[in-house]
Amino acid sequence: MNTFLQLVVNGLGKGAVFALLALGFVIIFKATEVVNFAHGSLVLFGGYLVVVTRDALGWVGASLAGIVSAGLLGLLVERLLLSRSRHADANSLALLTIGVDVIVTEEIVRRLGVTLPFLGGAWDAKPFQLGGITLFRTHLVALGVAAVLITAFWLAFKYSNWGVAMRAQAENREAAALMGIRSSRVTATAWLVAGLLAGVAVLFIATQDFSGAGLSRGTHSIALAAFPAAILGGLDSTAGAVVGGLVVGLVEALSAQYVSFDFSKSAVFLVMLVVLVVRPSGLFGTRERTRV
Amino acid sequence: MSEVDTESEPVAAPRPRRGPASLVRKAAWLALLVVLLALPLYLDAAWLKAGQYMMIGAVGAIGLTLVVGQAGQLSLAHAFFLLAGGTAYTVLSGPIGDDRVVGFGLDPGLSLLGAVVVAALLGLAFAPVAGRLRGIYLGVASLALVFLGLYFGQSAEELTGGTSTGRAPAPFSLFGFPFTDDGPEITLLGVPIRQAERMWYLFLLLTVLAFVIARGAVRGRVGRSWRAVRDNEAAAAVMGVSVMRAKAGAFAVSSAYGGLAGAMTVLWFDILKPDESEFGTYGINVSIAYLAMVIIGGLGSVPGALVGALIVNGLPQVLALYSADLGWFSGTGDGALTPVLVSSFVYGAAIILVVLFEPGGLAALGRRLTRLRRQPPEEP
Repeated sequence: MNTFLQLVVNGLGKGAVFALLALGFVIIFKATEVVNFAHGSLVLFGGYLVVVTRDALGWVGASLAGIVSAGLLGLLVERLLLSRSRHADANSLALLTIGVDVIVTEEIVRRLGVTLPFLGGAWDAKPFQLGGITLFRTHLVALGVAAVLITAFWLAFKYSNWGVAMRAQAENREAAALMGIRSSRVTATAWLVAGLLAGVAVLFIATQDFSGAGLSRGTHSIALAAFPAAILGGLDSTAGAVVGGLVVGLVEALSAQYVSFDFSKSAVFLVMLVVLVVRPSGLFGTRERTRV
Repeated sequence: MSEVDTESEPVAAPRPRRGPASLVRKAAWLALLVVLLALPLYLDAAWLKAGQYMMIGAVGAIGLTLVVGQAGQLSLAHAFFLLAGGTAYTVLSGPIGDDRVVGFGLDPGLSLLGAVVVAALLGLAFAPVAGRLRGIYLGVASLALVFLGLYFGQSAEELTGGTSTGRAPAPFSLFGFPFTDDGPEITLLGVPIRQAERMWYLFLLLTVLAFVIARGAVRGRVGRSWRAVRDNEAAAAVMGVSVMRAKAGAFAVSSAYGGLAGAMTVLWFDILKPDESEFGTYGINVSIAYLAMVIIGGLGSVPGALVGALIVNGLPQVLALYSADLGWFSGTGDGALTPVLVSSFVYGAAIILVVLFEPGGLAALGRRLTRLRRQPPEEP
């Protein structure tokens, strides 16, 4: 029972990080209907900036620099590439982000070479006991940070002008534009926010406790596990992103323990497949209707 | 995927295929074939090997362009079908009685066919999922297959040989004729036809077959039903197309192509070695590389897929060969620019440029150029 409880806590901790990433996908998708295949490279970029600035700025400063630069890269991709091809359909733009992803990822992996630095801060690799179960600080900090960020996002989404504009645009792009909502501004901030969330997530991913490995190509592929999280929750549902993230975290943690570590990566995708077969638009996603 | 290439293959336009233009086109294809047939007489083994790698890409990309471009189903699973085909070939043709790995001792030619069938069946098995999902949902769902393939490669060691050692495939032979340095010595115009040359001709034959069959499918009834489903499922159903069958068929055909490319991959490397991580010979990066070929070539265009394969699979090979002569990429270790890296940059950039400036890909560019030449600007 203790092991199980421990796995659940750790799974939720991982899941919180996946939720941050999945939320990024969902925000961009809601604002633009584009699926951002370059999300993994935003994660890597943020992490790389932490590594580069760490000596000069210290951990806190470097982390901030990493988060901000991941957000700015997202913004840059949107401004430089996507906003210029307004008439291309969303699926082509999703393919375009694959191109961005290949370039950014390859370059950062090249720069990292064989040094695979850990990003974890003061909390990394110091497990502690609580009532007979061993907990990793990374997971607890991740849970706390994600809870705060997601609540803040949710409040902003619900009550701020930005949130209203965003929801209006998600509902109907043209109508929103006619009501005076600046669609380009909404889109740009969506990418910025998604990038910022990716920048936060990488601080947890490239740690001893989360992946057991430092910043590397592996970090990028962990970010890919947020894909099933976003999809199984439903690409256009913010609540779905959170639930999807937690499900993915739990499935990974539990299957790694009870089946095998190798299987845990596939288990996540398997669960997603099952959900999709039952509900093709994810758990909370809007169903597509066909009108004839 | 959706409206990118409404004019890619002759469906929108009534066939303007007869007449002098069609003859010129046929002559061009024939000339290309003659050149490809003659190349082994002039190129050395290393270049032939590079060419074979491009042909693997061509076969795989043709299959992918059918499902993504013609049938409008985004698939990121191609690497999985490569692994499936490669494994099937190796298992079917493997020696019987090895206590480490399973083998059926079948004839290599038959095994190659078996690999295609196995991959197609796996594609069919995924069809119920593929039929229910659309667009990006399908893309990510199909990514699941790559991860399952990774796990399969790691755990089914009796079939794959495991990630640490892998296993060697049976050398290819057709009706007893070996595609190795053994067997009857043949010389053609003074050039000995040995393994590199023989494999070149084998791969060329497979590529030509793949190309001809795909073009036939695209131009025929099957292709029309795929495009109808791509453009509007409801309308297609109303017109009497079985949407489920068209989708499943496209997926199975593309998987079969993937399986063939996989068997070719195993023969090319002369080893079946499953990946240790999700980045490798059968990893996500490969799925993306194949998607890149298809996008660059122009979604849905079969000749475009050839050109895409030439760029994506060819560039690292050609750069590696040239670098030996020119002394490029001499750096090693940390931060070195390798041919693979440079070609990743190139095809990443190519994807971006294609989507931004020519959504129809190189195929559309080609069409535009030929149209310019054929129709001089009219006087007002």
